[in-house]
Amino acid sequence: MSQAPPGSDRQGGSAKLRDAVEGYFRLAPVLVPVYAVLAATLLGGLVILAAGRNPIVAYSALSSGAFGSPQAVATTLARSTPYIIAALAVAFGFKAGLFNIGAEGQLLVGALVGAWVGAGPAVAGLPGVLAIPVVLLAGVLGGLVYGAIPGALKARTGAHEVIVTIMLNNIAVRMAEWLISSTQPLLLRNPDASQAVTTPIADAARLPSVGGTALDLGFVVALALCALVWFVLQRTTFGFEIRTVGANPHAARYAGMSVQRTVIAVMAASGALAGVAGSTALAGGSGAITAGSFTNIGFDSIAIALLARANPFAVIPAAILWASLLVGAPNMQLQAGVSSDLVRIVQGLIIVFVAADAIVRYLFRIRAPRDRDDVTTGAVFAKGWGV
Amino acid sequence: MATETQPPADRQLAPRRKDPDVERAVSRQRGLTRLSRLQTLGVAFGLFGLWLLRVAGVLPGDDVTFAIGLGDGAPEFPVDPPNAVLGIAVVFLVAGVLALAERWTKRYAAVFLVVAAALFAPLLLICAMALSDRGETNLLPLVTESLRLGTPIALGALAGLWCERSGVVNIGIEGMMLTGAGIGFMVYAVAGAGQEGPWLYLAVVAAAAVGGLMAAVHAALSVTFRTDQIVSGVAINLLAIGITSFVRRQVILPSDVRSAATLPDIDLPGLSSIPVVGEQLFSGKPIFLSMFLIFLLTQITLFRTAWGLRVRAVGENPHAAETLGIDVIRTRYQAVILGGVIAGLAGAWFSLETTGSFDNMMTNGKGFIALAALIFGKWRPWGAFGGAMLFGFSEALGSRIQLLSVEVGGFPVPSQFLQVLPFVVTIVVLAGAIGRAIPPAAVGVPYERPS
Repeated sequence: MSQAPPGSDRQGGSAKLRDAVEGYFRLAPVLVPVYAVLAATLLGGLVILAAGRNPIVAYSALSSGAFGSPQAVATTLARSTPYIIAALAVAFGFKAGLFNIGAEGQLLVGALVGAWVGAGPAVAGLPGVLAIPVVLLAGVLGGLVYGAIPGALKARTGAHEVIVTIMLNNIAVRMAEWLISSTQPLLLRNPDASQAVTTPIADAARLPSVGGTALDLGFVVALALCALVWFVLQRTTFGFEIRTVGANPHAARYAGMSVQRTVIAVMAASGALAGVAGSTALAGGSGAITAGSFTNIGFDSIAIALLARANPFAVIPAAILWASLLVGAPNMQLQAGVSSDLVRIVQGLIIVFVAADAIVRYLFRIRAPRDRDDVTTGAVFAKGWGV
Repeated sequence: MATETQPPADRQLAPRRKDPDVERAVSRQRGLTRLSRLQTLGVAFGLFGLWLLRVAGVLPGDDVTFAIGLGDGAPEFPVDPPNAVLGIAVVFLVAGVLALAERWTKRYAAVFLVVAAALFAPLLLICAMALSDRGETNLLPLVTESLRLGTPIALGALAGLWCERSGVVNIGIEGMMLTGAGIGFMVYAVAGAGQEGPWLYLAVVAAAAVGGLMAAVHAALSVTFRTDQIVSGVAINLLAIGITSFVRRQVILPSDVRSAATLPDIDLPGLSSIPVVGEQLFSGKPIFLSMFLIFLLTQITLFRTAWGLRVRAVGENPHAAETLGIDVIRTRYQAVILGGVIAGLAGAWFSLETTGSFDNMMTNGKGFIALAALIFGKWRPWGAFGGAMLFGFSEALGSRIQLLSVEVGGFPVPSQFLQVLPFVVTIVVLAGAIGRAIPPAAVGVPYERPS
């Protein structure tokens, strides 16, 4: 941005102010998601006002519920763990121009395979050092297979991954219901429990908590995976292929890359990430799942990945924000009398504003970015169904 | 942003309808003996037919009776399960062989495959009856129940149809339906106190209007701001969950209307007094009955009026349409909002016509299923109707099979297996096994007016 931004040529303005203003305008496009959150919060405040409550009281109750005490912070971070990993899965697909709506199903399949392996004889008697990786890898395997299916269908027949993964989500939920609730034959259901819940996994396979709080080792796994995904995307040949296919499949083909193979590999990897999100949530939580344990985590992760603009590190704060809204909401309801469901409206608005960044740019007078691929997600997903 | 200039990547990724001769030549070149799509399907059908032959051998031989309608005049059909299954197995085998010999049988192969596939529903029914301990069942309630359960799916598919025919992808049908269900019930509970009366019908109107409003947001995001249309749909769905759950806890629950009267039954004069079948086929709830009318109107409007032609033109080639003086932006807004109104009506089916209450996420993924029905029907009204009814039938059959306590190998048949079937079928259809599903050409591409 070479030309002087407005305000920088004010008379008597010091060089410092000028730098600051220039810095603002250089960073502003990157900050669009931040402004989107701000705009959504303001609009949410109006909804609170309309419901006859005080927005300031409500929001302070919300934030103290999420970050008010060390325990609350631990709970928020623990809640964000599956979101971080699953959003990473979605973001990984975004980079290759693939819209993986199937994180929901892949996550469930990963958790189911994890629950099956974790409660089975393979893990019984193993020490934690071995049992934990076995359960987590079981999730990887489940998600990998379930993610590879839409990838292969897309590469082979051109079936649009959005529709195929929506179908696979529904199939996964129905199959999970059956596997977990069936008593004749007894499959994954815990025969000693009165409700339909899986047999708990071996104690050794459970993720240890960090300092006796609600936070478990899964959060560390999530952070490590963010670094891993960043490394793969930015520092490996495979990552370069992914980004090229995502930016321009024609160029990728012309350069001799196999677009089809990349599509299958990316969907499989994305599914594997979603699967490990499921097995981590399983091993970090109660060690047992019901059919509805992870409802909406996959769908929310799409929103988080969009908010993070598919950046593997930006996924972390975005997921923590998402989780903090959910964790703090009951406190807001208790102290300010505002329905906890308000945060769902705020979340929806955030995505509306992130999606239509033109609105945010207009509201906050941010210039459209030029030649910055870290600012725009760059990919158009809706290329037409089926073909 | 100009994505119009380059062909969408997917189309390059998998070329359209391959010429079978070229395909064969290519596979020879690669040294592979690859089967064509139809032949692969033929193998699958043939194997299934062989398996059916075995099934026919082990089925219990007692006759089962299918009745159609109520009363003494109702016709009844006794069926001998082993022989019936045997017959169906033969059809599957013939279809399989014909498809394998695709080179000589040409289009008859496809016709036979479709016939065999259509026999799948009676096959399921016959097997279910043979395996249950009851010897008689009535088919008519199964049909009406399928139609009834298929109603929100069919209306949702129509909503998607209008949207996508104008070139706007809509995965926000679920959200539009949910908002219609929630806000419609809110109007009913607060203004009408949950009592039958004019407010009940005004609530249906409100549901449709709110669906249109959500669609207007979708149109604003995806047409005016040229957001990615799938992202916009995701946003609509999230927003809908937020709005409805907020309204439920803040307004509906305090109003103390727990369960309210639902829309009353309507008898179609004349038709509903036909003996045996009239009462069950021609009397029903208003949204259920209006579904047929809306389908008819959609078919006529889309294919027989100037405006319908414009909508289709805008969805196929917006630049050509603009050249001819059609306002692309306005037409897309109109079509998307019309779709939203229909989706809102589908939402009213849940809260105002069926349950008389509102629960969070009560649409339960039906909007996504509607999308599947739309694709299954290849973006045509009656095709979408068929797809929706396939989903409705599998749901109805699932509960019927539970009712009949059908057992295989000593274990009850899980209803989930039947619920999953349509999703699998949709994937198979989408993968191009049975003909190609060709969407409107410009769907998903934001339109930028040339300046």
